[in-house]
This record gives sequence, structure tokens and C-alpha cells, in this order.
Amino acid sequence: MNIIYFLIGCSVLMALIFLGAFFWAQRTGQNDDLYTPAMRILLDDEEQKNDKK
Amino acid sequence: MLLILKCDVRHIFTSQKSCVANAQLRSFDKIKIDTMRESTTLVKATCHHCGDDCLTTEFISDDKQFCCHGCQSVYNILAGSGMCSYYNYNEHPGATRARSDKRFDYLDEPTVLNELLDFTDDRISLVTFYIPHIHCSSCLWLLEQLNRFSPAIHYSRVDFLKKQLVVRFDNRQLTLRKLVELLYDIGYEPLISLQDVIKKQNKAEKGNLVQKIAVAGFCFGNVMLLSFPEYFGLSDYEATFKHFFGYLNILFGLPVVFYSGSGYFVSAWTNLKNKVLNIDFPLALGIAVLFIRTVAEVLTHTGAGFADTLCGLVFFLLVGKLVQQKTYHHISFERDYRSFFPVAVQVIQNEKEIPVPLSQLITGQRILIRHNEIIPADAILLKGAALIDFSFVTGESVPVRKTLGEIVYAGGRQTGEAIELEVVKAVSQSYLTQLWNNEAFTRNQHNRMQTFNERVSKYFTIVLILIAAGSLLAWLPFNLKIGIDAFTAVLIVACPCALALSTPFTMSAALSIFDKNLFYLKNTAVVEQLAKIDTIVMDKTGTITTSESKRVELSGVLTTEQQQLIYSACVNSSHPLSRMICQYLGDIEKLPVLNYREVPGQGIVATINGRHLRIGSGSLIFGYFMEAKLMTRVHLMIDGSYLGSFGFLQEYRNGMERISKLDPAYSLYLLSGDHDHERNNLLPFFPDEKQMYFNQSPQQKLDRIEELQSEGKKVIMLGDGLNDSGALKQSDLGIAVTDNVNNFSPGCDAILDGQSFNKLPLFLRFSKDAVNVIHASFLISLTYNFIGLSYAVTGRLSPLVAAVLMPLSTITIISFTTLATRFAAKRRKLI
Repeated sequence: MNIIYFLIGCSVLMALIFLGAFFWAQRTGQNDDLYTPAMRILLDDEEQKNDKK
Repeated sequence: MLLILKCDVRHIFTSQKSCVANAQLRSFDKIKIDTMRESTTLVKATCHHCGDDCLTTEFISDDKQFCCHGCQSVYNILAGSGMCSYYNYNEHPGATRARSDKRFDYLDEPTVLNELLDFTDDRISLVTFYIPHIHCSSCLWLLEQLNRFSPAIHYSRVDFLKKQLVVRFDNRQLTLRKLVELLYDIGYEPLISLQDVIKKQNKAEKGNLVQKIAVAGFCFGNVMLLSFPEYFGLSDYEATFKHFFGYLNILFGLPVVFYSGSGYFVSAWTNLKNKVLNIDFPLALGIAVLFIRTVAEVLTHTGAGFADTLCGLVFFLLVGKLVQQKTYHHISFERDYRSFFPVAVQVIQNEKEIPVPLSQLITGQRILIRHNEIIPADAILLKGAALIDFSFVTGESVPVRKTLGEIVYAGGRQTGEAIELEVVKAVSQSYLTQLWNNEAFTRNQHNRMQTFNERVSKYFTIVLILIAAGSLLAWLPFNLKIGIDAFTAVLIVACPCALALSTPFTMSAALSIFDKNLFYLKNTAVVEQLAKIDTIVMDKTGTITTSESKRVELSGVLTTEQQQLIYSACVNSSHPLSRMICQYLGDIEKLPVLNYREVPGQGIVATINGRHLRIGSGSLIFGYFMEAKLMTRVHLMIDGSYLGSFGFLQEYRNGMERISKLDPAYSLYLLSGDHDHERNNLLPFFPDEKQMYFNQSPQQKLDRIEELQSEGKKVIMLGDGLNDSGALKQSDLGIAVTDNVNNFSPGCDAILDGQSFNKLPLFLRFSKDAVNVIHASFLISLTYNFIGLSYAVTGRLSPLVAAVLMPLSTITIISFTTLATRFAAKRRKLI
């Protein structure tokens, strides 16, 4: 059953990595604007190629 | 045959705004459209750019009609850069450009530059603009492609909800002024003001709270996992893990207490220093006791501790805090005159115009104000025809004429030609702006609203400490250990978690219901304040009257032919009164106009069908001013014979009668800056004539509110203009009424959209319901506390009971408050 020590260590470590990732996202402002990207993805940019002809 | 066709076409064109009509139009025969163009019929097409009605067929590019030169030039710029797919994403995405000719010279001033730029070095500058017109995906598309207009723009990003645009550009190739001019040219004029409220909002500390919640949630989850074996019982062999789990729990508890929960300790400490007992004190006490007891039990191997309860408590409390922080990114409640005054003004010195920042403007300087610019300080008119629109100040949208030598108060917007004025008072000392020197604006606002929560928690804390101390003293003679156990258990169980959550969750539910009804509150405390109100004070113009639609009354009789003549003349003018006359006369065929002249501030002179028309003020028609009643009138004269006049009556907002029915429960007052010529029209709404005040200056409005408050009344003020700012600030609850929430509104506690004005009585009743919900949930949380206390005083509180009781009470409170608030809203027909 000593494997439990190792498994708990692993699980906590992984959780910490995710927590760290969330902190990083928050610090770099990735969660500041949650609305505009959803609109941006609907705009297509093929127009640009046509113009350059 | 031709006539019938004409009628058909016109019929369809009048309902142009819908896409269906446009589709129908496309399916029309070309011949029919050709007939239409050749005839002189007024074709009410819509502007391809902004969607407004086109009154002339003058502006056409690529077969597309535009309402004005401004809109057409925007289209030409976009077409020139191959950016016409702007028009594909949405119909008529543009802002109307009827107003034009703005100058941005002041943006070359280094002092102004420094204030506006977020960051700058010798190569790159970064700037954030607030652009009110951002409203659809076309805007987003266009603004993020700015680099196609100018390669010096490296990066442009839109934040849609905040209506902000961040631009990074090469300042060696492009100045800020050029950038703003580009934005202006494509129809996205940024709002640049002295008081950049929007930028301040960016620095909200919300991010920090989210991080605290993330940590608390992370620890909560892990601790729960590690605590499960304890709940289900461990076999002897597995018991070896018990201590390991215990130590891990302490480890997880550390960041929860010292990072996530730190705010409660700080708040409790500062409040204690100020001799105030608020709810943070028992919360901080609960958190501290939970942690100390957990550490003690684990280290002495006497028990499992309460780490799970601790983490859950902090997690839920912080979530409650987050829920309470509702922010409206696009609305600002903190505006004063600085946020709509210009940043700089053109001063004439030695025959030359130089831009001078407003703070450096001194008396005696000669300033030049162009069309659509705001007069920033009290000044004497020296040159030009002044026609000032005071809608920002008073809510009255019809421009006022000023004569040479007259003092023009700050805050008015010039319409028409450029005028020159001499400043007689500094910006902060003018008639309007000195209002902000009043103590109502400097006073600490925090104590103005005391919530139920704050009042109750004082007594709650005292009772809690008495019970805890009592149980300790009761056990002390028999058993010290049980005594200490009981003492700590009381503090743990009675920790007012549910109490602390009931207000935020009820209020945030109420706030979102108000929000759905176009009533935007600054924060949750406003709901409780709304419930306490017993006196309603209203401004007149713009608040209880609508700023746009007025009732038009015709005195005199017009034949059909005369109506047609007047319509044909007025349709050419963009003056608000002309537009109202056209609306009143309805859809009439427009006759070709031979000769047309608009006299600024006076009216129209035109020749149509060989008939000579004069439409306008008394002085235009008769050469002298003869207004008997103080009422806006437009006189009519055709071929020298007087036909009568149009009178413009204020139209009251829908629902005024509903508000006047509130009378026995709420006393109603009217505070108007206008003359009293509408006193009789208002009598049905205000039962007591003594409660109507006219000719009130901004300062008098403020004083009147103060007077009512000194009589012990709780006053709500509804206003719309800058002249109401003082009264809004002084009142217990200031509501700004506006027809467009993105437009300017004075600083206030809540913003009400004019469409929902008739719902005000419902809002008042609903706020009382919301407070009742808080009271009920308080009772529920007290019940849980009593159940917990009955375990606690015996000193036998098992971690399992605490771990079940705490989340159970929390979930009960959250679901009860949310459901009860929604139910109340449904009963009031607000959802």
C-alpha cells in the first residue's frame, strides 16, 4: 500500500500544474475578455486574398 | 398605371428597415425602379452606411444611397481600401455622420499625449480608446484590420463588451492625432475625455479575487478527497495513512488561511481598530479557530481536524464575494462634467488659433467654438450666431439662440457656424461646474448606505461571543478539555457563512432581474437602498418628458396643398423641429424646391412651386419677437399670408400616471430648472401644487434635496442632465434616466433606460421583496446555527457533522435566495 504515497504525490503535483496554468492564464490576461473571441472566430479572412489580386 | 407603380414602390420603401423589404426590393423589375428615380417622388431609401432615412438623392456612390456626405465619404474610404465586406456582416453597421468637421489639433500637445498613451518609447506607442459606436461584428472586423489603412499600425484589438480598442503603432510614422483622425474618418470616433473613467475600470481587483477562489477551490477539492477515508472509517492497517493525510490537510489549509482568507483578517482588524463590529469579525474568528484546532488535533494525534470545513467555508465565502461584484463594462456611474467636456479648446492669440488644454484656460482668453463643440467655461459671446444645444445640461434638445454680448453658460453645444467667445470664469468656477465643489461630492460615500447585513452582524457577533464564553465557563469547573472543545466548536458552527452569503446571492439575482428590465444598478447595496425610499423627486425635461418626441399641435387650418408645401420645405432641414413637423404631417410627396435657405436659429425661407414660404420663429416671420406663452413655436407664412403656427408640447413618458398613483406611499416632488408654463399639464401627476418647484438652479436642486432629508425623508432623485448632478449625489439614491445607456449620463447610483420608466413602481415593490428574501434567508441560516450550536455546546462536535452542516446550509441559502428572488420577480411581472 506504500504506493499510495507515490500516487497522492503524483495527483497533487498534477493538480498543482493545472493551478499554475490557471494562474499564468489569469496573469497574462487571457480571461479578461471572454466575449470578443467568440465573435472574432465567426469572421472569415478569405476576403483579404481577393483584394491582393 | 404609372401612379399605381409609384405608390407601390413608395409603400415598400417606407418599411425599408427590415431585411424582408430589402429582399422584396431586389426582386422588383428594373423598370419600376427606373420610373421611381426619374420622378420627383420622395423616395425614402435608407442610407447604406448608417441605416437612417435618406432625405435627398444627392449622395450616391456605386448605386448605393447615403443620407449625408459624411456617410458617403466613409463608404468611399472603405471601398478605396477594398474593405467593403464591412457591409456584408451586418446591415447598416455605420454610425450616422451627419455631423462632421471635427478637429483634433489638441492631440499634438505633449501634455495631452502623455495622459492618453498607455505606453510609449521612441518607437512604439500603445493607446486604449473608448469607442461608443462599437456594436456589431462589422465594427470588430473593421477595427481589427486597421493596419490595412496604415502599415504603421502594428496591432489593433477590440474588447467588445467594454467597447474598447487597443492600438499599438509606430509613433515615427503615425501620430496619435493621425490615428484618431483615421478612426474618425471611418466612422469610429473615440471618446476622449479628461476623466478617463474607462481606464480606471480596467484596474479592477477582480482578477485577484478569482485567483484566491482558484486556490481555495483547489485546496477544498484535495482536502475533501483526503478526508473521505476518515468519514467512512479506516481499518487498522489503513490507519497508518491517517497521520499522513492529516499533515497533508494542514499543508492544504495553509494557503487557504493565509492567502485566500487573508482579506477577512485584514478587514476584521481594521474594523476593530475603528471600533466597528462587522460580519468579517466572526468570519475571521471562525477561520482562525478552525485552523488552530485542526493543527492542534493533527499534531497531537487526537482527531482529524476540520480542514475540509475550513476550505469549504473560505471557498463559498469568496464565491459569494465574486457574485456580488457585478460590473457593467459599458456603463459608467462615476461621470462628472470632465468626462464630456473636451480635452482642449482652440484659443485665439495674436490672430492665430492654438489648442490649449482646458486646465490652462484662463479668464479673458478668446476661444473659438465650432459646430458641435462644447463650450467649456462661462463666456461672453463676441462673434457669430450662437445656437446652443443644452441637452447635456438640462435635457432640453431644442437649441437656444443667444445674442451678442450675452453670457453663455458652460456645457452647451454649439450648432451651426463657428462662434468666438471671451472666457469670464475658469472651467471649475462656472455656473454649472462649481456644483462639484459642493461637499456632497467630497464626502465619503461609504456610510451613505448601510445594509441589513451590517446592522445585524453587530448583534450577531456579540451574541456569538457570549454563547461561546458561556459554554466555556459552564464546562470549566468540570472538564477543561471539554470546555475548550465546546468553546471552539461554538465559534466554528456559528460562523455566519450562510448569513454572509444570503445578501450577495439575493442581491445579485435581483440585480440581474433589474438588468433584464434595463435598469442598471451600481452595486448590490443600491437594491436595499431602493427598498427604504419614501420620497420621489423628479426633474422635468428629459426625465419625465422624452427628449425626442414631442407632441406637435397645429393652430390654424392648412389645406392639403399647403401641407405639401410645408413638408417639402421642412424635409430639407435637419433641425429637430423641422423633423418633428415632417413626422407630424406624415408621408407626403415632396415637391421640387426652387430656392431654399436656412437661417440659423430662425427658420427656413424657400420657394416651392412658385410659392414663397417662410417657416420659423416670430422674428423671422414678423421681424420682431412675439411669443406670448413660453412655448416653442414655429410660425408659418405662405406668400405673405400668415397661416398659423405649430406648437411643441412636451410629451410625458409612458407610465407617469402609474408613478403618480404611488402617492400615498411615496410623496412626489418635481424639481425643474425650467419656467412654469407647463404647471397645469403637470397637475394631474403631482397632486400637491406645493410639491412642484420651477426655476431651480443646480445648487437649489441640491439644497432642496438636503432640506427634504433633514425632515427625515429617504429621497430618490431621478434626473438626466448635468444640472441634476448635485441633487443626484446628495439624494439617498440617485437615478439617471437616459434614452441610450451609452450616451452621457451624470454620476449616479443607477441608470434607468427611458423605455423602462413606467416600470419604476414595480422596481420599488420588487426591491422590498428582495429585502424580505434576505430577512427570510437570515432566519433559515439562524435555524442551522441553532442546530449546530446544540451539538457544539456539549463539546462533542464531530468533524463529520461540521463538514455536512456547513455545505448544507450554504446550498440551502443559495438555492432559496435565488429561487425566491426569481419567484418575486415573476409575481411582479418583471420576468
